Amino acid sequence: MLGAEDWSAIRLSVELAALTTLLLLVIGTPLAWWLARTPSRWKGPVGALVALPIVLPPTVLGFYLLVALGPQGPVGHLTQALGFGVLPFTFAGLVVGSVFYSLPFVVQPVQNAFEAIGDGPLDAAATLRAGPLDRFFSVALPMARPGLLTATILGFTHTIGEFGIVLMIGGNIPDKTRVVSMQIYNHVEALDYGPAHGLAAVLLLFTFCILLALYSLGSARGAGGSRERSR
Amino acid sequence: MMDSIQAQFRVDIGGFALATDLQLPGHGVIALFGPSGSGKTSLLRCIAGLRRAVEARLIVNGECWQDEGRGFFLPPHRRALGYVFQDANLFPHLDVRGNLEFGLRRVPPAQRRIAREQAIELLGVGPLLARTPAGLSGGERQRVGIARALLTSPRLLLLDEPLASLDSARKKEILPYLERLHGELSIPIFYVSHAPDEVARLADHIVLMEEGRVLASGPLVDTLARLDLPIRLGEDAGVVLAGSIAERDPAWHLARVALDAGDLWVRDSGAPIGAAVRVRVLARDVSIALARADSSIVNTLSASITDFGDDEHPALLLVRLQVGSEWLLARLTRRSAEHLGLAVGMRVWAQIKAVALL
Repeated sequence: MLGAEDWSAIRLSVELAALTTLLLLVIGTPLAWWLARTPSRWKGPVGALVALPIVLPPTVLGFYLLVALGPQGPVGHLTQALGFGVLPFTFAGLVVGSVFYSLPFVVQPVQNAFEAIGDGPLDAAATLRAGPLDRFFSVALPMARPGLLTATILGFTHTIGEFGIVLMIGGNIPDKTRVVSMQIYNHVEALDYGPAHGLAAVLLLFTFCILLALYSLGSARGAGGSRERSR
Repeated sequence: MMDSIQAQFRVDIGGFALATDLQLPGHGVIALFGPSGSGKTSLLRCIAGLRRAVEARLIVNGECWQDEGRGFFLPPHRRALGYVFQDANLFPHLDVRGNLEFGLRRVPPAQRRIAREQAIELLGVGPLLARTPAGLSGGERQRVGIARALLTSPRLLLLDEPLASLDSARKKEILPYLERLHGELSIPIFYVSHAPDEVARLADHIVLMEEGRVLASGPLVDTLARLDLPIRLGEDAGVVLAGSIAERDPAWHLARVALDAGDLWVRDSGAPIGAAVRVRVLARDVSIALARADSSIVNTLSASITDFGDDEHPALLLVRLQVGSEWLLARLTRRSAEHLGLAVGMRVWAQIKAVALL
């Protein structure tokens, strides 16, 4: 039922989501740590900026990115000067857009997990000879593991499901920027409902399974917590 | 200089001002004692470097940890200290073994003075090694917390109300371990507490705190016998005397404690003859008689009145008595004092209704 182009779109979606999630964990974890620990007055504005993509229509974000990354945009000038060319309508541009778009879905669970740790364990680690970086890697990260797992899953599935931003800065180029959501749109536009059904079902099933895993994990943790308290 | 701790701090914590200028012995148990909110924990956090005081000078047995006068601040992970938190703060993602080894692994082998086995044995945590913190009782958690701190071979041990979150049965479980620390380690120990019985039992030196200030600092025995402080201690006003078990009387289940002040009979706790013990005599349990008379009171000591002090209620007063080279405090009504015609220098009999063997 699925053609070669459909499989190519699936492969592209997975590649995009994996790369985006990886980048987001690398960028988002320090950002979440900063947001969780800083006494700075910039915490509010930065937190709001990070949260924007949750409520902002993806087309708005996509539009601004298109302008900024485009040949006349400030970032476009920079990427051209550095020899990367212009990012819109390339896979790299799609990755940049996805990173912005999925940022809150990674930063917020990690930030919540860091905040839940509190000062106690970090103070204890400091008095046990662990320096700041050591404390981050040996206490904060392992204790935030459930939050990191949630962030990974949400970041990945959210990127798989994006459409508006792909439309704005990715376009619809086979094998380069045509991801599953875009391919479904193409099929429907062409009144080609069979493959649209197939791809939609794949996406639905995949997303449901992942969320199911996430929520069962969450409730198992909840039960563990109440067992602890009842002791 | 080598056997002393200098702790000067001035810091404002959200409207609460902490100001101390302490010169303390560099060994033994130093109790930071005072009501909740008096700044005991804040002082401990300043000493640990977990809070950086704007004005500070901290020298521990010849080693400078902080001198803000020249902008010097050693961060907590560079200070050779062990910190035991009120609620233990064990790492939930590690088992007991992992918790114990956390600090140990970060101390260069050449600087380790306390062996893993020694700390495990001292705190009795051997059977817990494979357990997770969530599965431990409150008392077990504290013992692991203490062992974990000891394994960094600290030159200063800070205990922040390690018994506060425990019920009295658990307290009894931990206290002997704390006494062993006192006996077996030669490092100074700061012990934060608002429980007079813990302080009387463990401390050598007491720092009395109130509203961020130090009211008094001195050797436990002398400080408790000061007349200007008991008002702050209220019902807990009293003295601590050190002695040893001289005799045990199995017929009456009593033991005789030989003190410099004389002998006191206490309930036999099972301590062997010769054992060093402390007894606590509260001011409210001491009454004064002019003549030695037959009474149900077992312990009567010959004493002389040295001075009088005000008590918390105008009907009461405190009498300081010299007994041998030591002091007792007695709490009387002013009417009784008047009736007996008590005056400084008078020889009297101190009748002690209750003695707590600590």
